[in-house]
Amino acid sequence: MMEYIPLNFPFLAAALLVGISFYILIFKRNLIKLIMGIAILASGVNLFLVALGYRAGGNAPIYTDVPEGPMVLPVPQALTLTSIVINVAVLALMLTMVILIYRHTGDIDSKKSRILKG
Amino acid sequence: MLSKIVRTAANQLIVFIVIFGLYVIAHGHLTPGGGFQGGAVIVSGVVMLLVAFSSKELKKSLRERTLSIMESSGALILIGLCLAGIGTVFAYNFLVGTPIFGHIPPAGSNPGDIWTGGVVPLMNLAVGLKVIAGLSAVVLAMALFSSGEEIE
Amino acid sequence: MDKLLTHSPILIIAIPLLVAFLTPLIGRAGGKARNTLVIASLAFVEFLVIILARDIHLNGIHIYTLGAIAPDLALPGGAMMPIRIILEVDGMSIFMGIIWATVALAAATFSLSHMARETGQTRFYTLLLLMVAGCFGMIFTGDLFNLFVFLEIASISGAALIAFRTRFADAVEGGFKYIVISAVAGLMFLFGVGLLYAQYNSLNIGFLASVMQYSMLDKIALTLFLMSLTIKTGMVPLHMWYPDSYTVAPANVTAMLVITSHACMYAVFRICFTLYGGVLDASVVGWIIVIIGLLTMFVGVTMAVFQTDVMRFMSYHAISQMGYMWMGVGVGLAVLGNPGALAAYGRDAINGGIFHILNHAMYKPLLFMTAGALFHRTATRDLNKMGGLGHNMKFTLILYIIGALSIAGIPPLNGFASKFLIYESVYQFNPVLAVVAMLVSIITLASFTKAFQSAFTGPQLPEYKNVKEVPKPMLIGMGILAAAIIFTSIFPGLVVEHIVNPATDALINQSAYVNGIMGGTP
Repeated sequence: MMEYIPLNFPFLAAALLVGISFYILIFKRNLIKLIMGIAILASGVNLFLVALGYRAGGNAPIYTDVPEGPMVLPVPQALTLTSIVINVAVLALMLTMVILIYRHTGDIDSKKSRILKG
Repeated sequence: MLSKIVRTAANQLIVFIVIFGLYVIAHGHLTPGGGFQGGAVIVSGVVMLLVAFSSKELKKSLRERTLSIMESSGALILIGLCLAGIGTVFAYNFLVGTPIFGHIPPAGSNPGDIWTGGVVPLMNLAVGLKVIAGLSAVVLAMALFSSGEEIE
Repeated sequence: MDKLLTHSPILIIAIPLLVAFLTPLIGRAGGKARNTLVIASLAFVEFLVIILARDIHLNGIHIYTLGAIAPDLALPGGAMMPIRIILEVDGMSIFMGIIWATVALAAATFSLSHMARETGQTRFYTLLLLMVAGCFGMIFTGDLFNLFVFLEIASISGAALIAFRTRFADAVEGGFKYIVISAVAGLMFLFGVGLLYAQYNSLNIGFLASVMQYSMLDKIALTLFLMSLTIKTGMVPLHMWYPDSYTVAPANVTAMLVITSHACMYAVFRICFTLYGGVLDASVVGWIIVIIGLLTMFVGVTMAVFQTDVMRFMSYHAISQMGYMWMGVGVGLAVLGNPGALAAYGRDAINGGIFHILNHAMYKPLLFMTAGALFHRTATRDLNKMGGLGHNMKFTLILYIIGALSIAGIPPLNGFASKFLIYESVYQFNPVLAVVAMLVSIITLASFTKAFQSAFTGPQLPEYKNVKEVPKPMLIGMGILAAAIIFTSIFPGLVVEHIVNPATDALINQSAYVNGIMGGTP
């Protein structure tokens, strides 16, 4: 069964997530859906970073009681962790701003709550 | 404010969650984990308390002044540890060779010694402190916002 | 003193970070202590930047390895590739550093009075110092992932500062647009960094420049880098968010955000000239940048002519002035592979573009701060409602005239010197570009004259009869930038020789950057 899944399946999944997120960012008007789109984009990029470190048959890159054999790359895991922390801060800031916009204009549809034009 | 069964269960479970979170922070240089991960575990315990008791009740225990001082001191300890080695270079491991966190681990697979790692476990503790204070302030502020109050 | 010089690249980034987290603790002791701490730390950072600039001009590139045994040990023990995060400061980086230190000091001085009526001022100064540290980190680093982290730090604190005055509904909307654009740009930048790491197993710019082969994945990574960074500088097809965010922010925050977009332009130059230096199709990418610059100039100034909101009007002019810089450096990039044309006019074009970055970074924050001074006293940004303020606010009038003459390129002020360099060199590349640039300059002068007449001259309106001059800290903040403009106008040759020429040499000469890390013979 495992041989029918192509070897670059994680990269296809990351590309699919990025594609879905671009569709959401371009075509959806509800502000909460925009924030969800950015969260999906972050998941796609993080999946891509972790997947590029995989080596076939490798163990986790931790030296405590590790069995024999190759290890996967540890640097992309550190990059992904930093990216997750930054995205937590960005999403918290965006959600706070949507709460404030709702308080001021009473609507979270971006066409109806726009003030700045021209 | 949920029912008495939920409140009692939350009161008992928060102890185990905090202990597990502190375990993940403290063993960050040996097993998966570290400052941010352990801090996020503890903040999920705070969210459990926030759901069980209402945000107005929790505001009396987690005051804004305490959280602000905790967050600032976490960041100051982190930068202070980096600047402590400035005699050589900025983030230098000045604890190598000393008995506190200074053991040098053997090469290859080993059972893991907690006194290894140098400056990194201390930085994990500082980052854990900052993450706990920061994320619980964010979560508490959003819960209070939605019911129309401010965090002060 | 020598030790201070060796450690200065990291101290310039670490001191604002340290003081940013010291501010909430000291702020409990009162406002005066906190203000003194902030201004003193920014003045010390400016001092460090100046002594570092002098040393780089005399002795060459400085590198700093974080966590090694000695600061310049990039390849310990005979390793083949550099390990650890390495900061590398060359002529172009310290050029941006001088600009940023000066503008941050002026903006912080301005905010001592401008934000005095707001609540939560401690958090404002924390965010301001975090933005200073983030932008310095972006300018000084030699590592691609470090660039991403500091880019995100500067973006998050910038968005929080834009939406700081939460009682205005449009301020929160401007901040929301800024953070959405910055998040998408940052994630696409990270995607490109991942692509490069997967191929070459390193994140260091100097090492990547020496092993770069221009394969298909590298071209995709170059496209991702260019698109994500040029969105943040307000390039024309993607500029719709720029005026919305820069209009509603407090005036000194807008001044600092302009320099942050300059730092993103610096990152584009670092990637085009240094990272992909030897292997790029220089003429294709150069022509694309020139066309972008042309469109940006033209669309920016035509949208600015009919605006009635004074800050929005100045943001559109900021977009159009960025077009000059793109055009100047783009012409230099297009002839990079052609040594004859490079010596004849390419070098002068890059010189003009970089000199224009310096001039723009001095007069644009000054103009934004005069608009903030008008808002401080009249509580409105609408030019139709203002009138006759020149009778009461004489210093603001003089500072506005200095800024407006500078942006329009009138001799003897410094705007003329850099625009003349760009016209001269770009004309030899293609005459149409120089003609459009001069046309844009004329329309700029016309629109600033209209704004001047509408806000400052004319009869004194009855509702503004008791308007006084703005408080002293705001005048000192604006005065720092005005003094820099007048100094550059009187001694342009001195400034070009000591500050701009090292930056141009650092961009054209990629091998000096690579040898700073890999330690080869120059």
